[in-house]
Amino acid sequence: MRALSLAVRMLAREWRSGELGVLLLALTIAVASLTGVGFLVNRIGAAVDLQATEVLAADVRLGSPQPISQASLDEAGRRGVLATRSTRLLSVVFHDDQSQLTNIHAVSAGYPLRGHVLIADEPFARGEAVAGIPPRGEVWPDSRLLAATGAQVGSSLAIGAATLRVGHVLISLPDQGGTFAELAPSLLMNLQDLPATQLVQPGSRVSYSVLFAGDRTRIDDFKSWLLLNKKPAERLRDIRDASPQIKSATERAGRFLSLASLVSVLLCAIAVAMSARRYVHRRLDVVALMKTLGATSAFTLSVSVLQLIAIAFVAAVAGSAVGFLAQEWLLRALKGLFNTQLPPANLLPLGLGFIAAIALLVGFALPSLLQLARVPTIRVLRRDVGAPPTLVLLAFGPAVAVIALLIYWVVRDVRLFLDFTLGLAGFIALVAGAGWILVHLAGRLRGGVGIAWRYGVANLSRRRAESVLQIVAFGTGIMVLLMLGIVRNHVQDSWRHSLPEDLPNYFFVNIPPDERAPFIEFLKARGAQTSRVLPMIRGRLTAINDRPVEGAQSAGDGENFAAREQNLTWTAELGADNSVVAGRWWNREDFGKPLVSLATEFQESLHVRVGDRLTFDIGGESVAATVASIRKVKWDSFQPNFFIVFAPGVIDNTAGTYMTSAYFRPAGAIALAQLARRFPSVSIFDIDDLLARVRSVVDKAVFAVQSVFVFTVFAGLTVLLAAVQSSRDERRFESAMLRTLGASRKVVLQGVLAEFTVLGLLSGLLASVGASIAGYFVATRVLALPYGFDPSVWALGLIGGAVLVVFSGWLATRSVVNQPPLATLRANG
Amino acid sequence: MSHNPMPSAQAQITRESVLKTDHLTKQVNSPEGPLTIVQDVSLDIAAGESVAVVGPSGAGKSTLLALLAGLDAPTSGKIWLAGADLSALDEDGRARLRAQRVGFVFQAFHLVPALTALENVMLPLELAGRTDARSGALAALERVGLAMRKGHYPRQLSGGEQQRIALARAFVTSPAVLFADEPTGNLDTATGERVGALLFELNAHSQTTLVLVTHERDLASRCQRTLQMEAGRLL
Repeated sequence: MRALSLAVRMLAREWRSGELGVLLLALTIAVASLTGVGFLVNRIGAAVDLQATEVLAADVRLGSPQPISQASLDEAGRRGVLATRSTRLLSVVFHDDQSQLTNIHAVSAGYPLRGHVLIADEPFARGEAVAGIPPRGEVWPDSRLLAATGAQVGSSLAIGAATLRVGHVLISLPDQGGTFAELAPSLLMNLQDLPATQLVQPGSRVSYSVLFAGDRTRIDDFKSWLLLNKKPAERLRDIRDASPQIKSATERAGRFLSLASLVSVLLCAIAVAMSARRYVHRRLDVVALMKTLGATSAFTLSVSVLQLIAIAFVAAVAGSAVGFLAQEWLLRALKGLFNTQLPPANLLPLGLGFIAAIALLVGFALPSLLQLARVPTIRVLRRDVGAPPTLVLLAFGPAVAVIALLIYWVVRDVRLFLDFTLGLAGFIALVAGAGWILVHLAGRLRGGVGIAWRYGVANLSRRRAESVLQIVAFGTGIMVLLMLGIVRNHVQDSWRHSLPEDLPNYFFVNIPPDERAPFIEFLKARGAQTSRVLPMIRGRLTAINDRPVEGAQSAGDGENFAAREQNLTWTAELGADNSVVAGRWWNREDFGKPLVSLATEFQESLHVRVGDRLTFDIGGESVAATVASIRKVKWDSFQPNFFIVFAPGVIDNTAGTYMTSAYFRPAGAIALAQLARRFPSVSIFDIDDLLARVRSVVDKAVFAVQSVFVFTVFAGLTVLLAAVQSSRDERRFESAMLRTLGASRKVVLQGVLAEFTVLGLLSGLLASVGASIAGYFVATRVLALPYGFDPSVWALGLIGGAVLVVFSGWLATRSVVNQPPLATLRANG
Repeated sequence: MSHNPMPSAQAQITRESVLKTDHLTKQVNSPEGPLTIVQDVSLDIAAGESVAVVGPSGAGKSTLLALLAGLDAPTSGKIWLAGADLSALDEDGRARLRAQRVGFVFQAFHLVPALTALENVMLPLELAGRTDARSGALAALERVGLAMRKGHYPRQLSGGEQQRIALARAFVTSPAVLFADEPTGNLDTATGERVGALLFELNAHSQTTLVLVTHERDLASRCQRTLQMEAGRLL
């Protein structure tokens, strides 16, 4: 109790005099960057999730070919989860004598639970978000349906037995979907009008869905309930299986953001260690004096520990507040980049801030504190007597343990954890070794340089342990900044390459074989950039190695390839967006042989291998083929691609149609209307809107990456300042001594700058090596991206390292150089 | 037994012993081998007595002071301070004894830079668990004539003022023994004389036993007894 009281009073007094400012500032900034990144990752992650859920129009979607009972809606109501129904079916819609097969979406009030329905009053116009669904008696057909049938706003459309009035033009639905079955024009109507159409009859192909949305905890709980209570035929979908493109983007973003926040944690740890060392160094005399005046070791230790706990508490509160305000400011400043309101941050990063503050202090300050308690009392008479050196295990054990725990906490993946920690340990050993070599060489360097450089380099040599520590800190800081840069560039390049500006924005399906050539001519004449044209044949997998697939287990509950009809194709050429990962692609000699190539998703789902024999039912005919190759498909190329591709000459004679994709300039909308009239049987699928949504998700992920990167840069600079700060007292005294002995301010300043230049160059060199190696592993093994060596990293490491360290060093030491010598000497006298 | 007291004219050792050593020796390891800093010192200081330890630099005066105050442990020999056998106490035991019975004045003042003058004087009272720390410290500052400087930090005070604050801190707990290591060594002659005078005035007022290590002949001559030290031995 006495220790607590004294600790609090001494803390208040010491704080007034500014003694504890450095430690508190370092820890506060550490916590601020940690929680700031935490809030940012949290909110942007939630925004990305939210954006992705818009593709589902819900957080979770329950689908079934059978009507879904009211039970799940009732349960959702009880749990405070929003729910609404959506029913889809394909039917022919008539206007006067024109007809068009249409994908009818009948929805109930509340739809969509996520995202927006966009409508307009003219076909192919820019849509505006609308709240609500079509009122009873009204339908919202899309532009293609209107173009195909010649209807317009105000016209009447006959849908089954009902006649409904066109209220608006449907521009887009959030859950328009990307599967080819849904490529027919769309029409949105009120679910209450559906019975009047009499379209739903026994045997009708109808897809029933119930959409659910709510806050994350409730949805997670409800999803668990649904998984237990849903019928076997009912399929549950959430963001994770909404779309391969979005899944890939969010997973990459999540991994990268975790890595970035992890880097901030490590930089914070270094800053705290530096500040704690300085704090302990400054307290040696006071502790020795307190012991002389009668304080026991336990008492002085208690006072120091209690003070640090109080500092941790204040730093955690202040740091969390600063972190929150910083990310809030950043997000507000860049508000225009977001289409939607960002979801509010949850409080998890606050807890993280508190725990991290305590953990960092335990790991990085406790060993020094324990050493503090061992300061011999005799130090009051002999200042050269310090604390006995700490055991290596005690000095580094807690720090290593805390770092390991924090790394694992962030990555939560054993392999990534091992890669990262081993790389880090290797890097630290490397820079520490190189630091020792520099210190060894410093003596030789001193001989041939001027007084300022000699003084600066001598400083590095004399503060042997401190120099090595700073090289490790600077080197690590610069390395992670460089590595982030390498990885960020690779991620961005990869995204840019995967989503180029002239990406196809329309799919054309159901092109009759005899209209194929005129259709392509028509597209080209209107300036469209067409991609490959592939035949599209419907078929169903019936047996694997002659064993029927009825009831065959597929991996996961996402895609059940065995249960549904597939689109098949045949082609001689392997597209540039396909790569064979097993087996081999066929050559001319193989044409006509019963060979099939599968996409990895299909192969993984059904556990089939190269050499397996698959049997398909194509138009009532049984076709057997051997798996010749497995392909990895880049689906985000938006080129026509198929899970199942046959060799030429196997199914060529089967009745089918063709499909292609094309890039149309935005001005091509009128040409599309012409095309719809000229080729009425061709289904036009406008993927512009879907692409815009995917791009938006990717943009947000890139923005998140950059924002976190800014925070990490800030954290890195803090470490540099803290490192320089740790030797400030000594520098102040030396500067005063040199100036007293006649050195000009300029010479002292040059000496300081020379020291930091050498320190920065060496740190930068080592950081470049480390960043290149670590960047290679992160890019290729963690993010699965191709890695390209970039020499600019080395230039950036060396120049950036020197500039950064010199600038930080100058900032932190300029007051040392500027202080009048007398003031310093009196203070130390 | 090399007990070589040099009683001054006023020496009247009639009261009970408060500080006593028996064949005290301190050796340290140096690159050249073991080095004896204090050798076979036996002495006996009575309560209320003032003793000066004088000698050339490197004679072992400060080391002897550190041993007597329990700041360092001897290689051999025994020390009794205020009735307690220091060799029977661990470091924390010696610290508790100092808190109750010992005061210090150092050549370099050793004020805590983060604390004000008043807070520095309060420190030993707080360490001793006294609830009247503030009033006691204020009274002590009054006695050294620096009550008006109570809110000043050490860096805002002159050397003489800092040492007067240190004197207030040393006497505030009314210690049985006060150890002073070159208390005027960092001060100019005039200031040193004033501080020395104050030290003896406070000592006389509080009836404290004073053990003073000094180079200053004048200061030593004010003590009742002077111990001459050379090459680690008392002459």
